[in-house]
Amino acid sequence: MIRIEHGLYVYGGFRLAIDLTVPRGSLTAVLGPSGAGKSTLLAIIAGFEPLRQGRVQVAGEDVTELPPAQRPLTMVFQDNNTFAHLDAWTNVALGVSPALKLDDEQRRRVDEALAQVGLSALAGRKPGEMSGGERQRIALARMLVRNRPVVLLDEPFAALGPGLRAELLAELQGMQKERGLTILMVTHQPEDARAVADQVCFVDGGAARPPMATADFFAARADAAIAAYLGGWRDGR
Amino acid sequence: MSVMPGGLGAALWVLAAVAAGLLPLLSLAFSAGGPTLDGAVWAALRFTLVQASLSTVLAVVPAVALARALARRQFRGRDLLLRVFAVPLALPAIVAVLAVVAIYGTSGWLGGIIPVYGLSGIVLVHVFFNLPLATRLILEALASTPPEAHRLAAQLGFTDGQVFAHVDGPVLRNRLPAIAGLIFLLCAASFVTVLTLGGGPSATTLEVAIYQSLRMDFDPARAAGLALVQVALSVTLVALAGRMMLAPAAQAPVRLRQGRFCGGRAGGKGADGRAVAPGIAVVVPPVAALVMSGLDHVTLNGALLSALGWSLAIGGAAALVATALGYGLAGAAARAPRWRGWFEGVALAGVIVPPAVMATGWFLLFGRNGTSIAELFLLVVALNALMALPFVVAVLAPALTRLAAAHDRLCASLGISGWARLRFIDVPALRRPLAQALLLAGIMAMGDLTAITLFGSGGILTLPALVYQQMGHYRGHLAAGTALVLALVIFLSAWLAEHLGAEDDPH
Repeated sequence: MIRIEHGLYVYGGFRLAIDLTVPRGSLTAVLGPSGAGKSTLLAIIAGFEPLRQGRVQVAGEDVTELPPAQRPLTMVFQDNNTFAHLDAWTNVALGVSPALKLDDEQRRRVDEALAQVGLSALAGRKPGEMSGGERQRIALARMLVRNRPVVLLDEPFAALGPGLRAELLAELQGMQKERGLTILMVTHQPEDARAVADQVCFVDGGAARPPMATADFFAARADAAIAAYLGGWRDGR
Repeated sequence: MSVMPGGLGAALWVLAAVAAGLLPLLSLAFSAGGPTLDGAVWAALRFTLVQASLSTVLAVVPAVALARALARRQFRGRDLLLRVFAVPLALPAIVAVLAVVAIYGTSGWLGGIIPVYGLSGIVLVHVFFNLPLATRLILEALASTPPEAHRLAAQLGFTDGQVFAHVDGPVLRNRLPAIAGLIFLLCAASFVTVLTLGGGPSATTLEVAIYQSLRMDFDPARAAGLALVQVALSVTLVALAGRMMLAPAAQAPVRLRQGRFCGGRAGGKGADGRAVAPGIAVVVPPVAALVMSGLDHVTLNGALLSALGWSLAIGGAAALVATALGYGLAGAAARAPRWRGWFEGVALAGVIVPPAVMATGWFLLFGRNGTSIAELFLLVVALNALMALPFVVAVLAPALTRLAAAHDRLCASLGISGWARLRFIDVPALRRPLAQALLLAGIMAMGDLTAITLFGSGGILTLPALVYQQMGHYRGHLAAGTALVLALVIFLSAWLAEHLGAEDDPH
């Protein structure tokens, strides 16, 4: 579903080699130390950063030359996913039509998406009057109305408390199963990966490694880089 | 404990200086039958408002398009343009007037396109100054947008118009009123430009009319009337645009981070070109003329060297006085939140009370029986310090507020206070903002012609005064050389201030 072969990204002295295949309908966690290039990997797939070598394929299509809006994917950031001067409903509606010209069917889809993330009652509120979790729900509702097969999330719930994080993670997993989405999610929390990810893509030492099954990743204590990254973390037990 | 008395002391000095300016003028006006508010006063007010409105609109509107073009990442020649645009920001008014006359004056390269004397010339010089200032401030505002906003816009497939509506527009709606307010205030209070390019009673602002009614007509009643209207206007503007108005003007130069994402968006080279052209047309030719005609005529004679010495002496002394007063006021404002507005209001005295009024009051108090050179020097330094004070406070206040928040409790718990705190904690931590404040005040004072003109040069001939004198005696070529020397001294200082600012940035 997402495929980069022999990819190379260079910015100043920073280099990132990428070999990556993410199967359709899977949820892949991107883990690795700070500054290793996890967000850069997502930005490359989304079309915000160019590769120096290699091609990016998404949903069977070569998207290397396509601008972000034409790629079959939606990206959710850690914050600033909303426009502060627009209410929640309008923020979601921008995902359907950037000119905000919606027909009745499209309006219904916006309403449904807001209902699915539990924001129906807050549809008329502006982001500044909502909590951090509610603002991320706006981003998830917009992801739903955009209805693209691939979703990239860059530490989407990092600023939330543990209970809320688990709740939103479960909702995200529910959406993924229901719609058959392919998800790539950067996280700093190994327990998140363990809870929901089918596989883990480890980014470290200038390379994004081919994804491995989640269980294998957490068992790979013989791998010095993975062991150093996980440190004393003991599977949450 | 040393802070509040320091702040109070500084505030009392400033208030005493203002009182010494206002009271003699008012008492003289009342003994002559009260302030005059006649047709001439209203004509000056009308012209002030008209020229300041025109200047503001013509500077800010093109600046919005220009700043948006410059905010894009892939823009060829962008760095060079930003560098040229930094020139007018530090240029003394008299040098700008000279440069604009060199281009648009009757014998200039583009002579005859725009009448250089009267309203059009005044507005032209104001746009030359303020278009780059507005561009820089708007660019700074746009750079405060989170980078995700532009990525989100790209992902949602926004057109350029939609980016303006949902990303840039909301930022501008917040910041543009303060930016336009600052520029309006600077244009309304402009003295040197109007004095040199204004023609007679039909093209005079309140500020210049005060000077003329005192020095040419000796009519203190009318001067008092004009002064009252000017004070009312400044107070209204400051109240409308808020106290943060002056902060942006004094900020360190913009450092553009990686630039914003705009790949694949509409509005490419053609649109950028159209946005940049008016800015280039107004700003670049005068800068080029200044350098080229100046280079031909630099002669280091005795008059020039003596003027350089006076400028440096006045700049240095005014910088010290303004920074000492500003440190007291900003420190007090940072530590006494309840009195914050009051201390910052005192700092704005030099913007609210016209320098022409203060100069006249001081002249009536101290100078009636003829002033010695030493007294004149002190008066010029004091007036320059007051005029620079608002900007010095704008530089120091954020740093002092941060410092108070970071160190006050720690110092209290360790028992560090008084001189020890000033020596070991505050001054080392504030070295860069203090140096920036000193250089900023020095730059303003070295380039200032207002104070010297108001007191009458009587033996002190600074570089700007020499430029003015050489212009008046139709020795334009000599003036060009002097102006270039003045510009170089200013840019050396500005370069220092910029580099001190850059090192201060942790990124």
